[in-house]
Amino acid sequence: MRTGNGGRVDRSRRINFSFDGRAYQGCAGDTLASALLANGVHLVGRSFKYHRPRGFVAAGSEEPNALVDIDRGNGRSAPNLRATQVELYEGLVAKSQNRWPSLAFDLQALNDLAPAGLFGAGFYYKTFMSPRGAWHRLYEPFIRRVAGLGHAPKLPDPDHYSQRYAHCDVLVVGAGATGLAAALAAGETGAAVILADEQAEMGGGLLDERTASIDGLSAANWVGATLARLAAMPNVTLLPRTQAFGYYAQNFLGLAEKLTEHLAAPDKSQPRERLWKVRARQVLLATGAIERPLVFPDNDRPGVMLASAARTFANRYGVRPGERAVVFVADDTGYGAALDLHAAGTEIAVIADLRTAPSGPGFEAASGTGLRIMPATVVTGVSGNLRVSGVTLGSLAADGTVRGGEKIVCDLVLMAGGWTPAVHLFSQSRGKLAYDSERQIYLPGTYAQAAQSAGACNGTFELAQAIAEGHAAGAVAVGTPGTRSFAVTGAIAPAGGFHGAVPHDRNPEQVKAFVDFQNDVTAKDIKLAVREGMHSIEHIKRYTTTGMATDQGKTSNMNGLAIASAALDKPIPDIGLTTFRPPFTPVTFGTLAGHSRGALLDPVRQTPMHGWAAANGAKFEDVGQWKRAWYFPKPGEDMHAAVNRECRAARSAAGLFDATTLGKIEIVGPDAAEFMERLYTNPWHKLGIGRCRYGLMLNEAGFVMDDGVIGRLAADSFHVTTTTGGATRVLAHMEDYLQTEFPELKVWLTSTTEQWAVIAIQGPKAREIIAPLVEGIDLAAETMPHMSVREGSICGVPTRLFRVSFTGELGFEINVPADHGRAVWEAVHEAGVPHGLTPYGTETMHVLRAEKGYIIVGQETDGTVTPSDLGLDWAIGKAKKDFVGKRSLKRPDLVKTDRKHLVGLLTADPKVVLEEGAQITVEASPATGTPALGHVTSSYWSETLGRSIAMALVAGGKGRMGATLHVPMPDGGIAVTVTEPVFFDKEGGRINA
Amino acid sequence: MPDLTRSRLTPLSSLPPAVPGVSYSAAPAIARLLYRGSDGAVAAGAAFGVALPTQPCSSAIAGDRATLWLGPDEWLLLAPEYETLAVQQAIAAALPGIAHAVVDISHRQVGLRLDGPRAAAVLNAGVPLDLSLKAFPVGMVTRTIFEKAEIILWRTGPVAFRVEVWRSFAPYVMAIMAVA
Repeated sequence: MRTGNGGRVDRSRRINFSFDGRAYQGCAGDTLASALLANGVHLVGRSFKYHRPRGFVAAGSEEPNALVDIDRGNGRSAPNLRATQVELYEGLVAKSQNRWPSLAFDLQALNDLAPAGLFGAGFYYKTFMSPRGAWHRLYEPFIRRVAGLGHAPKLPDPDHYSQRYAHCDVLVVGAGATGLAAALAAGETGAAVILADEQAEMGGGLLDERTASIDGLSAANWVGATLARLAAMPNVTLLPRTQAFGYYAQNFLGLAEKLTEHLAAPDKSQPRERLWKVRARQVLLATGAIERPLVFPDNDRPGVMLASAARTFANRYGVRPGERAVVFVADDTGYGAALDLHAAGTEIAVIADLRTAPSGPGFEAASGTGLRIMPATVVTGVSGNLRVSGVTLGSLAADGTVRGGEKIVCDLVLMAGGWTPAVHLFSQSRGKLAYDSERQIYLPGTYAQAAQSAGACNGTFELAQAIAEGHAAGAVAVGTPGTRSFAVTGAIAPAGGFHGAVPHDRNPEQVKAFVDFQNDVTAKDIKLAVREGMHSIEHIKRYTTTGMATDQGKTSNMNGLAIASAALDKPIPDIGLTTFRPPFTPVTFGTLAGHSRGALLDPVRQTPMHGWAAANGAKFEDVGQWKRAWYFPKPGEDMHAAVNRECRAARSAAGLFDATTLGKIEIVGPDAAEFMERLYTNPWHKLGIGRCRYGLMLNEAGFVMDDGVIGRLAADSFHVTTTTGGATRVLAHMEDYLQTEFPELKVWLTSTTEQWAVIAIQGPKAREIIAPLVEGIDLAAETMPHMSVREGSICGVPTRLFRVSFTGELGFEINVPADHGRAVWEAVHEAGVPHGLTPYGTETMHVLRAEKGYIIVGQETDGTVTPSDLGLDWAIGKAKKDFVGKRSLKRPDLVKTDRKHLVGLLTADPKVVLEEGAQITVEASPATGTPALGHVTSSYWSETLGRSIAMALVAGGKGRMGATLHVPMPDGGIAVTVTEPVFFDKEGGRINA
Repeated sequence: MPDLTRSRLTPLSSLPPAVPGVSYSAAPAIARLLYRGSDGAVAAGAAFGVALPTQPCSSAIAGDRATLWLGPDEWLLLAPEYETLAVQQAIAAALPGIAHAVVDISHRQVGLRLDGPRAAAVLNAGVPLDLSLKAFPVGMVTRTIFEKAEIILWRTGPVAFRVEVWRSFAPYVMAIMAVA
């Protein structure tokens, strides 16, 4: 079916591909659609609901039927691709969808024979109503299996995707005649222009022209010359294979660029697609128009296609889509298509024109060529199942009745129903559409953003006018208005058109005239929906699903509106118009996710000592974005054995711990102490320089938000630490108050979390180990007591040395500039090994602090816990006039005595370790529905104590000391005794050693 | 006792591979001081030897020192590393009784340099700003984001940029640049 010459394919380069397991050959430059048609294949899919055989309707992105699955293997598969947009490459493997066992013989095609109404409008709501519950068990799984499109890939996508922000003066969407002229006008001024087009080759409809010329050049040569000029402009970016799919606020558009999809052997290092996030000063929409099918009985048979599609296949791809065609027209461009097919060697059996008095250059030319033309004639039926074999014609009388019917043998039926401007992006931009009642089309009306439309999408169908409009719009977009005229010959413009259901003489209950091919919605369905009370297009759409398929009704919306309009006897604009939503064509998830997947889903933060921990066998846990060393198992050790060993070492000798991830904020300025006074519950004015204090931060509601040890470095300078996870939140909270509530305070906040590597050494031998390494600081207990900070150096590296402890042991936290962290860590480790110094991770840290009853914000607290609940009343500066949260602490609810208090729990059986999160009740086996008194917040095996320990929040806990409560578990209740939450060294002798 | 003053480890030890149009290099270790407080900005600039620019998002360079405008009362001061303490002392001496803050953040972040005609395109994989020379001229500096990481972006030449990023985010930023 390949023509002898012409078109834009390279007949000398044969491309092998397969469809449904059968091998075919196409040419370089083919799409899968044109290559299949060149092989005489029209049957490419089964319809969504009725499983009717389907062929190509269109040749571009509006194609509703020809959805295929392309599988490159190893997870590189994509369903629901429009065969009309799939570029052919060597070895391409395509499969049809929604058929079983085969495309030609599909058992579910029985759906097509089902009694009228079973699968009609709203059948979801009517057919599957009872029994209740069967929807989830039976109906929905069944419908999902039989109705449908392609299958989502099951393997992870092995490709990667890129994203790019871009800014430009003018974004031109669509590189047809109008868009090219617009880009040229804007580009010539030196403005930054991006020209995006969904097709592999730019030129749009000009690539389909056989006879048109522009300024003396053939259409194709004019495209070539214009593209060459644009490509030579460094300020112009040409993006072919790029779908502008979404138009968002403030001229922000999403563009999906296909980079490797057309290649036989893509370089795996290249991204498959790139998402362009474009911010344009001016947007110029040159998105063209989409031809409408005519709605007549059996208009969905393979071999029935849009006239424009047949023209594209013949002229651009050199493919005759049939041997003998019936051309059903309501618009002059249909004659152009007939002439082009005639020239390509397809016999034109007849041109049936719905209009009584056709006119126009296309009509004149067809008449002049001697093609048989029948005015006032409609197609009333199509024979053939897997492929058109003929049509029945009827004459349309002035009263709208149809009398039949000449039968014509043909293998191709073309539909030329007129053109619908592609206003999708304009509508997405929140522009208001205006209805042109004379031509029955919606056009861009009031603009909501800095945009213009030009050419066919603006209703300017005539080629010379469209190019001139595009050029003028391009000039206006860059602020240099001017007009230019283009000399065009040989082009046939849209004129005429028809909307709605074509009249016929058949029994309306027994025929299917399709409006929405992809969702299998017929004219009958829309009429039924109207009869059943759906009078707004929003209701009709949802009830019938018209326009709701992956093509979003590109070919069906206007016909659907017109049918509803006729049924309701109301003008089209009164029925409303559904909102166009992004994406214009489906966008793969990978493109939207971009870099944000796998290892790059989120930043993975590592401390300067991470490499050492990894090299020494550490297991890591995620704490926010940080990787923290969890425990350091020795060969043969499980987590418990490792943690027990680490705990013993820290209590008996010393442990080494990476505390770098703790948030750090430097608070500097003459009002630093006053600021601290207001943000923390504790008093700060009198804290001595070189001393530290445990700080407690509340939110405005009086609940504990964060805590940490804070050192005073100077009269006007504090070194604040926060929880690891709270670092960002706390700084934002502080800045919020400083800027909005206390702008008068002269103080500045700087995050220093990453300035310092923090090496915690904890244990009775801590001082002994680091003493030889430290210079300029007297470490003696009398001169440097617990909760103090000094500046000096360690191993020659400047340090802020804190004497603090989160373990209950004598301990130091060595802060060194981060670049030096690893080296100092190694030096301390080396010095400590002879003393039994043992690295430990976060798990041991948790156990050691729990033995001392130290809370972890976020573990013992959940955003509803007050200082008093935690037994931290001592941390509240009672004499303070105010601090954030102070007023809330007096709320009646926060002073009730039956609030949940932090307590310790000791199991009756010391070997039993409670589950964190377990509920706590009075009875061992409470009745179902009994409210819990609270829950276990922390629970560990304490190697130090040789038994389990736990902390919990328990209602009225302070009054339950010594009481026995229960933790009900599936195997029965576990008896526990309520205690103070401090289990070890209650006097604190060790910490002050 | 070992002297570890020269034992350092930076997260820029493995840079993204150079590709046609862009190459990467690590900026040397440097003193980074965050200066806050507009009252003393003029005096601080005089003490530092480079005026603190008042034009938003601009920078100034003199010899081996530079000042970067980050906010109405916030500047990043860059100087050779060995001068960290001297700079702090000079500013303190020049601003008696004038409220200000100087915080050493030399190690908090690292400097990554991109060179070449594709540098702006690579940055635009994660930076949402217009990086054309017209919108983002040489010398312009701003805090912005690169995907999910906060960065300071400084254009040092027509096709040269410096990215200042918190050290633990550097591997993430570089990994995205490598596949951009």
